[in-house]
Amino acid sequence: MPKVVYIEHNGKEHVIDVPEGWSLMEGAVKHLVPGIDADCGGACACATCQVFVDPQWLPALPPKDDMEETMLDFAPEQKPNSRLSCQIRMTSALDGIVLRLPKSQH
Amino acid sequence: MSERIVIIGAGQAGAQAVQSLRAEGFTGPITMIGDEAYPPYQRPPLSKAYLLGAFERARLFLKADAYYQETGCDLLLNTSAAAIHRAERTVELTDGRKLPYDKLLLATGARVRRLTCPGADLPGVHYLKTIADVDGLQQVFQPGKRLAVVGGGYIGLEVAAVAAKRGLDVTVFEAMDRLMARAVSPQLSAFYAAEHQKAGVKLKLKTGVEGFEGGGKVERVRAGGEVYPADIVLVGIGVIANDDLARAAGLPCGDGIIVDRNAMTADPAIFAAGDCTRHTGREGVELRLECVQNAIDQAKHAALAMVGKPKIYSEVPWFWSDQYDLKLQIAGLARPTDTLVLRGDPANRKFAVFHLRDGKLAAVESVNAAPEYLMGKKMIAEGIAVAAERLADLSVPMKQMGEEQRA
Repeated sequence: MPKVVYIEHNGKEHVIDVPEGWSLMEGAVKHLVPGIDADCGGACACATCQVFVDPQWLPALPPKDDMEETMLDFAPEQKPNSRLSCQIRMTSALDGIVLRLPKSQH
Repeated sequence: MSERIVIIGAGQAGAQAVQSLRAEGFTGPITMIGDEAYPPYQRPPLSKAYLLGAFERARLFLKADAYYQETGCDLLLNTSAAAIHRAERTVELTDGRKLPYDKLLLATGARVRRLTCPGADLPGVHYLKTIADVDGLQQVFQPGKRLAVVGGGYIGLEVAAVAAKRGLDVTVFEAMDRLMARAVSPQLSAFYAAEHQKAGVKLKLKTGVEGFEGGGKVERVRAGGEVYPADIVLVGIGVIANDDLARAAGLPCGDGIIVDRNAMTADPAIFAAGDCTRHTGREGVELRLECVQNAIDQAKHAALAMVGKPKIYSEVPWFWSDQYDLKLQIAGLARPTDTLVLRGDPANRKFAVFHLRDGKLAAVESVNAAPEYLMGKKMIAEGIAVAAERLADLSVPMKQMGEEQRA
């Protein structure tokens, strides 16, 4: 199963198996990686699952849609490599992707 | 010895409480009991992607299976509580076992309101609250089937949208004169009525259902004095708070377990969170909220209070509903006396209705309009005054709306 490397704000690393087709948010939330709240469960309704994608992985990701773009605009500490992790589906091509988590989602 | 915490109810609030208790440093034993066969799962997708078959069951679960064991939470499934013995601080289970507690959290949720009209117990009459309910509904959810939806609220309309997409012939019966009357403004009701009709859904407003008929299974719906053929009926007419255990234990209840703003009941050893509660909201009005936000936030506050770090619960309520490609997001609680301001054009399927009260933003309803929702929620929380003309002015970006007003 492809893996995702989640790195907490304090540097703590979590390597989690995420089934293909699931969102990158789900991998973190179900295994209780701190730093992703995802209050809405992945409906792109709350902007509390922001991650910073390691720049080398950015080209591998599908582009943001309008909804994600506008939601992100309201996330704290937004950066050019910010994404909403609920909007990115796991694929074998993303095996090993590195995501850094913000200090707070609120 | 460390305190023992028992949680009755294994839903969104119960799971959040476990997570928050551990995050707040509680290391004692936690036992969570749930009457369903499944560990805590998300209910919102049930009437949307899961019903459509676009969301596998494993994804519904809030935590990985191993989580409960890893975090030291004893999860008892298929288990129901029979009574709370407050004097001896035990929860008695229906199998006679007794679980001692030092602190108890009631996260018992709500159950569907059932119809009692003639024929209401015929096979083919469905409700939607659990995984098992949807699995039953999915088996008969086939293109061409005639689906009668009773109740034009969130559940009924989300199911109608999925059904229309799947090619079922859908009729929605609503007793009130507009859709989602309890939840949204008349403008939104009218917009959604038009969208459903565009998708081929037939709407029967001001049409109360009188009964169902059929030989061995439902075949017809009697409503508004007429008879409509139907293969499947889905009833979504609201829920009833599961406050029976609390009531029987002598805790004050009134359409929900009454809790203070620390999620504490009248008994300082017993807390309650989620759909089962009634609390005094941030506007000073007593209310019962049925939503994920309240389950999460109230459970967080219950956990804080249980570990001796109470914090007043004053989050702005928020809700969402997915119907077709329309994302409805609501923050705050509207009142009929609010001044309504439209931003954007419903014809573009992207707009928001703001509710102003005493010059301040009190609620926002947005359709496919995330900035309006997110900034609106923030402005409600911070009590920011804003002029109606400015809110309606699309040349002022939402992001500036709040910031400039605050400056």
